[in-house]
Amino acid sequence: MEDNKAIVCKDLTKQFGDFYAVNKISFEVLKGEIFGFLGANGAGKTTAMRILCGLSFPSSGTATVAGFDVYKQQEKIKKNIGYMSQKFSLYENLTVLENIEFYGGVYGVPRKEIKSRSAELVQTLGLESEAKKLVGELPLGWKQKLAFSVAIFHKPQIVFLDEPTGGVDPVTRRQFWDMIYEAAATGLTIFVTTHYMDEAEYCNRISVMVDGKVEALDSPANLKKEFNADSMDEVFYQLARGAKRSGD
Amino acid sequence: MKQLLVFIRKEFFHVFRDRRTLLIMFGLPVVQIVLFGFALTNEVKNIEIIISDNARDINSQQITNKIKASAYFKVQESVLNYKDIEKAFRKGDVKCALIFPAHFGDDLFHAGKTRVQIITDGSDPNIAKTVVNYLTAIIGDYQQQIAPSPTLAYRIIPESRMLYNEEGNGSLNFIPGVMALVLMIVCTTLTSVAVVKEKELGTMEVLLVSPFKPVFVLIAKAVPYLLLSMINVILILLLAVYLLDVEIKGSVLLLFLESVLFILTCLSLGLLISNVTDSQQTAMLISMMGMMLPTLIFTGFLFPLENMPKVFQIISNVIPARWYFIITKAVMLKGLGFAYVWKETLVLTGMTIALLGIALKNFKIRLQ
Repeated sequence: MEDNKAIVCKDLTKQFGDFYAVNKISFEVLKGEIFGFLGANGAGKTTAMRILCGLSFPSSGTATVAGFDVYKQQEKIKKNIGYMSQKFSLYENLTVLENIEFYGGVYGVPRKEIKSRSAELVQTLGLESEAKKLVGELPLGWKQKLAFSVAIFHKPQIVFLDEPTGGVDPVTRRQFWDMIYEAAATGLTIFVTTHYMDEAEYCNRISVMVDGKVEALDSPANLKKEFNADSMDEVFYQLARGAKRSGD
Repeated sequence: MKQLLVFIRKEFFHVFRDRRTLLIMFGLPVVQIVLFGFALTNEVKNIEIIISDNARDINSQQITNKIKASAYFKVQESVLNYKDIEKAFRKGDVKCALIFPAHFGDDLFHAGKTRVQIITDGSDPNIAKTVVNYLTAIIGDYQQQIAPSPTLAYRIIPESRMLYNEEGNGSLNFIPGVMALVLMIVCTTLTSVAVVKEKELGTMEVLLVSPFKPVFVLIAKAVPYLLLSMINVILILLLAVYLLDVEIKGSVLLLFLESVLFILTCLSLGLLISNVTDSQQTAMLISMMGMMLPTLIFTGFLFPLENMPKVFQIISNVIPARWYFIITKAVMLKGLGFAYVWKETLVLTGMTIALLGIALKNFKIRLQ
């Protein structure tokens, strides 16, 4: 295990009966990298991500996340990662501060630290006047930013973003990516899945999964060159066209 | 441990900020008690009756035969003193006793009037009232036979007593029923909905990815409802005592502890339902239709179990509320101690452990 690697997968496989949801995937994610994890629905992204998040065991192969083994150190993995899903996962009938305090508490951040850092966070987000408002009253874009901030509140090494920009307008999406860049600049590793190909371009490197396998892995520029394509859209289309599996 | 407290605090926020939950939680018992205050009448069949014939003369025998011939009674003849009758009542299988005094026939013919005593189990006033009416009618009928003239040369005066509930206070019986019902709804429905809500919101995913132990999610969800249900029990009892003038005969502490046990049973059931469902509607439907209806029907507080076909009587055994109903009735209305309800308590404990075990085992760690 080298020190500059956040995630290392080798021949990672998840088998359900005869079905290979994830079929011998190998890749590495560097620390501080923004890694795009792409694939059509049913390609095995979710299954792979579940293994990396410590929610299920692989059938074979090896993987380490933040230096911890996915077989034996699931609890340690969970402490060192953050997670945000498409649904933003905030409690609508709790206030902004209460949401931060709750997730901070769940991750075992000391209470004093929660206090000082949540005040700081609210200020950076420009939510001072909304801090005591229920999250349900906030516009979607703010919820999304708050959800991301909450996901990295406990200072994880890696944050997993599962289609984090679903249902958000392009301007907000752009702002959201600015936040991601800022976070990555502090050394945080970002592991993000998305269906928006313009977002894929924002990533340092991306992998594309097709039918349980990683079919391509490189920087967006190199991939476009390799597939002789003008956009990531085209690259993705060329790869996914051959897929036999579809749907969730 | 600290994480658990943080979580429980959050659950309380949820409960107190959701008007619907609060309304169900505290509005329901009040509404139920007022509603069921208009007690329901019901017909009873196959009532176990003890006939204690101290006279053993022709008249008492003829009345006994008439009772035997009616479809309403299952007669058990034995000469018993008051204490033994009381014992039979406490066991709960006998609902009524008819006692002929030693000089029943003699008095009837020589003095022209005689007395007969009817004792009924008043903790179930609907049945008790019906039974008294049936017996009075049968005796009246017999009186007509032996003295058809309207002058009534011979008079038999039935004296009835409703044990445990002398005034025939109808609200007595439904209070244990309402307690069972309300606790069932509050604990089972609200808990299952509370867990499923997290699944729908997507917050469950985040919780599962966090270092927070999945089992703690269940515990944290259950704790607020446990506490609020305890408050609910107190509320119902206060309403019963001060609004409906019901006297709690047995130990209040025992009643409360048994209620806590039943709350735990319901919570386990709610958690189990939440594990197998993915939407709030389904959870609501299962707990409402699947739990409330059987609770209403099979506890025996609306419809006497004695009247049901054997199959239903057997089915009623798996309804937790049925056992709780028996316990509350015994403790609250008859003033019996733990020695009389330990069997029911054991059944409930067993159910709780089984349900909780299945719920915890089935609590799947899944992302989608």
